Amino acid sequence: MVALPPRERSQLRCCGASGCRSAGAGPLLAALRAAAAAGVAGEPSAIAALTTAEPGSGLEVRSVGCLRLCGQGPLVAWDGPEGTRLFGGLPPEGAAALVAQARGLAPIPLQAEPALAGHRLDLEQPFFRLQRPLVLEGCGIVDPERIEEAIAHGGYAQLRRVLQELSPEQVREQVRRSGLRGRGGGGYPTGLKWDTVALQPPGRRYVVCNADEGDPGAFMDRSVLEGDPHRLLEGMAIAAYAVGADHGYVYVRAEYPLAIERLRLALQQARHQGLLGQGIAGSSFNLELEVRVGAGAYVCGEETALLHSIQGQRGTPRSRPPYPAQAGLWGAPTLINNVETLAAVPVILRQGGDWYAAIGSDKSRGTKVFSLSGAIRHTGLVEVPMGTSLRTVVEIMGGGDPDGGAVKAVQTGGPSGGCIPAALLDTPVDFESLLALGSMMGSGGMVVIGQGTAMPEVARHFMAFSVNESCGKCVPCRAGTVQLLALLDRCVERRATAADLEALEALCAMVKATSLCGLGQAAPNPVLSTLRHFRQEYGAVPGAGP
Amino acid sequence: MIRRHGGQSHGLIEVLHQVQELDGFLSKPALLQVARGLRLPLSRVYGVASFYHLFRLQPPAEHRCAVCLGTACFVRGAGRLAVGLRRRLGLDLDQTSGDGRWALERVSCLGACGQAPVLVLDGVLFTAPPADQPQELDSWLTALGLPAAVALPAAVGLPAAVGTP
Amino acid sequence: MSVITLQVDGHDVAVPAGSTLLQAIQAAGLSVPTLCHLDGLDPVAACRLCLVEVEGSQRLLPACASEATEGQVIHTDTAQLQGYRRMAVELFFAEGNHVCAFCVANGDCELQDVAVAVGMDHSRFPYQDPQRSVDASHPRFSLDHNRCILCTRCVRVCDQIEGAHVWDVAERGSDCRIVAGLDQPWGEVDACTSCGKCVDVCPTGALFAKENTTAEKHPHPERAHQLRRAREQQQWIR
Ligand SMILES: Cc1cc2nc3c(=O)[nH]c(=O)nc-3n(C[C@H](O)[C@H](O)[C@H](O)COP(=O)(O)O)c2cc1C
Ligand code: SF4
Ligand code: SF4
Ligand code: SF4
Ligand code: FES
Ligand code: FES
Ligand code: FES
Repeated sequence: MVALPPRERSQLRCCGASGCRSAGAGPLLAALRAAAAAGVAGEPSAIAALTTAEPGSGLEVRSVGCLRLCGQGPLVAWDGPEGTRLFGGLPPEGAAALVAQARGLAPIPLQAEPALAGHRLDLEQPFFRLQRPLVLEGCGIVDPERIEEAIAHGGYAQLRRVLQELSPEQVREQVRRSGLRGRGGGGYPTGLKWDTVALQPPGRRYVVCNADEGDPGAFMDRSVLEGDPHRLLEGMAIAAYAVGADHGYVYVRAEYPLAIERLRLALQQARHQGLLGQGIAGSSFNLELEVRVGAGAYVCGEETALLHSIQGQRGTPRSRPPYPAQAGLWGAPTLINNVETLAAVPVILRQGGDWYAAIGSDKSRGTKVFSLSGAIRHTGLVEVPMGTSLRTVVEIMGGGDPDGGAVKAVQTGGPSGGCIPAALLDTPVDFESLLALGSMMGSGGMVVIGQGTAMPEVARHFMAFSVNESCGKCVPCRAGTVQLLALLDRCVERRATAADLEALEALCAMVKATSLCGLGQAAPNPVLSTLRHFRQEYGAVPGAGP
Repeated sequence: MIRRHGGQSHGLIEVLHQVQELDGFLSKPALLQVARGLRLPLSRVYGVASFYHLFRLQPPAEHRCAVCLGTACFVRGAGRLAVGLRRRLGLDLDQTSGDGRWALERVSCLGACGQAPVLVLDGVLFTAPPADQPQELDSWLTALGLPAAVALPAAVGLPAAVGTP
Repeated sequence: MSVITLQVDGHDVAVPAGSTLLQAIQAAGLSVPTLCHLDGLDPVAACRLCLVEVEGSQRLLPACASEATEGQVIHTDTAQLQGYRRMAVELFFAEGNHVCAFCVANGDCELQDVAVAVGMDHSRFPYQDPQRSVDASHPRFSLDHNRCILCTRCVRVCDQIEGAHVWDVAERGSDCRIVAGLDQPWGEVDACTSCGKCVDVCPTGALFAKENTTAEKHPHPERAHQLRRAREQQQWIR
């Protein structure tokens, strides 16, 4: 969690993840470190004397993962005797004042410090209070570049225990009992998938982590990769043990350079510590993991396309069955799971499958991470129990529209999902409820749409995305999306006739039913869901000419 | 470089990344060498290189401007921003000017959704322009050093394939 | 050899285990339209014309790439499927430039045959009139991209049967096109053995021999299958 219990010796945790970096975390972190090393501006001699006299009073400034409220970045948390205080949007010039406060050397009380005024963020607000961090347990607390910190925080403890105490079947049993379902969008039961791979005829197996996170406006997986990569590696190693794989890949999109850098570092550190490689943690279990970097293709998030891409081929999907669990990389049974799915595994083993299954809703167990963005006050990352209502997430935690207007709709599931109108915000967020509304859980991106945005434009935006990202293999998607885009142009420009709308719906149905992979099959969803909930905005022009 | 990847065909994408990092783009002679080194058919190498958006088959333009059209940015007016950029550069999205000076690219989410909408100009991220005030947006773009609006060639008309005109 | 029994449009059929649904349909004496499928080449399930309904499954299955399983009840010609197939053919015609009257393959074109079979005489979708070129650099053959439907039969036959891998698909989405070598003129690609297999299997008039003029192309799509049988099972069936 962002707030830590009171501690005697103060420390500063500065978010060093991409969101805050783009808001200036780099210079701020440097300024905080400089101030902590050099002393408080204006009184260098006093500090120098103090640090030499009392080595214990040195202030530690740490770089950590996402502190959740990315939209107010760069964020810094000060943990001290009075608990945690959070600051947002602090310019580097404010660093000295914060360091002085944290050291207890400031001449004025915190409340009166002009350099910090207006930067204090309330940790008691629902945005923080209603979070239930499991996957993000260590994100924002550990320094992602130091494996020692991950280990001190419980990292790899479950891997060691599993290797010593549990059989692969026992591990899979816990995962089955947890009710965990894939977080990559499909919601396929993870335990079942692991069993399918494990029970294939003997031979080589692979484990693959899907870190392609292509849905625009989604940044959950990136936060795990950048904030706590060791948790993912631990989850992956446990998965590999459970299905009998000794080789694996993490496929990360190239657009995440920081995540790639940190993941590579984490792999290197884990190998050094004997937590990956040959004879892991003194057992007979071996696992080699490699990072594979994408090259800008959304469709490579689709599992068969991802496998082709790892094999150095064009990222085109293929017809399933056979599923990757039966025939994946180089024809061998391959387990593919999403980042968040795998990162949930250590906590499931630590607390037990039943404990995890008690969280969340009936058919969707555990917690889910969402990234909130768009027309919303608090842009950032939330982890909540499944089944929490959209209203709670968007209005109570997210603070609703930034200008005080009413939320118009919430888009979930990215280009495969749909728009849920404000009137239905009481829907619980779980796989089934969102599907029933013609949307999708997707990977967890939630983009809030304000009153000023016309829904046909939203539909066209996603269709343009699908046209641009279609791999071109099958005709309904390659040519159908182009035709759908043209029809949507007419809708946006209010030139659509009743016949156009009819053609739009018929073609949507055809593309959805006949496309080869999930991209094409889901490409009509944003159109169908906006037609369903906002049909008046498409307003056919009766009898308008072609 | 090829040897470092064990000369294995499944290292193709990794090798292409590295060649592009060295040369700035993937020239035909470079692709030919890669194909020979990995013992792959030429068309297979070309097929892969041209499939992925991030591989460039032409020398990069002098200046590159990438506008984010991810959903968060879209909702906050990236469409208007994109139209402004297309006007000023006289280019369509994913196009490079004939003289090789400017390239306008689209990206989907740069991970700065909190500061939406955003654009990257020659590697530097610029955030939160006043996208809903046309005049202020115009001066914001001028301040970035973008050329003044040019008359659009017919081929670059503005059918607003991206968003709000 | 074990046998699978299933029902196709009300007919019971038995096929060897491992057969595809397409083989089962043919065993029942019926047919579904196909374009990307060709006996002897690995299936890609790209044209989506052979999709069939399977009772108990929400998803439509491509007959060419799906294995028949015991007890399946399939429907190959429902109103829904007819509607989808017609639209797929319309999409093919709208995305390329098909002027049948002037085509070498007129009268011997599988796309034309399928259009007739699904009852399509014009596309309801606006024609996109893409700018595409003709590659006449090869001494004996030509490739007219305007007529290419991206079925990838040429890519597969040249790779899987001839072993030359002259062709591949380049770009993506609606920009996809067939390329030879490093996007070179076909005639410059020295991997080509001029065997003519790609021309034989092309379902449209996209690939043709230079001596062919309007309506003179007569392809031999069965050759891929014959060659594969000869190679793998030592059976010469010509
Ligand atoms: C077009 C498309 C894009 C996808 N993108 C992603 C992605 O970015 N990340 C992801 O984990 N899964 C993605 N998926 C889902 C994967 O195919 C696959 O179901 C998932 O990785 C399985 O892992 P899980 O069971 O842990 O969810 C995508 C699917 C489709 C059809
Ligand atoms: S649905 Fe689209 S992305 Fe998927 S295989 Fe077909 S063309 Fe490719
Ligand atoms: S003529 Fe033969 S070798 Fe040449 S491209 Fe066609 S199939 Fe390949
Ligand atoms: S050239 Fe002919 S065989 Fe090759 S993809 Fe095009 S239509 Fe198919
Ligand atoms: S990236 Fe810094 S708070 Fe999320
Ligand atoms: S959508 Fe533009 S930065 Fe995320
Ligand atoms: S013939 Fe089956 S999909 Fe083309």
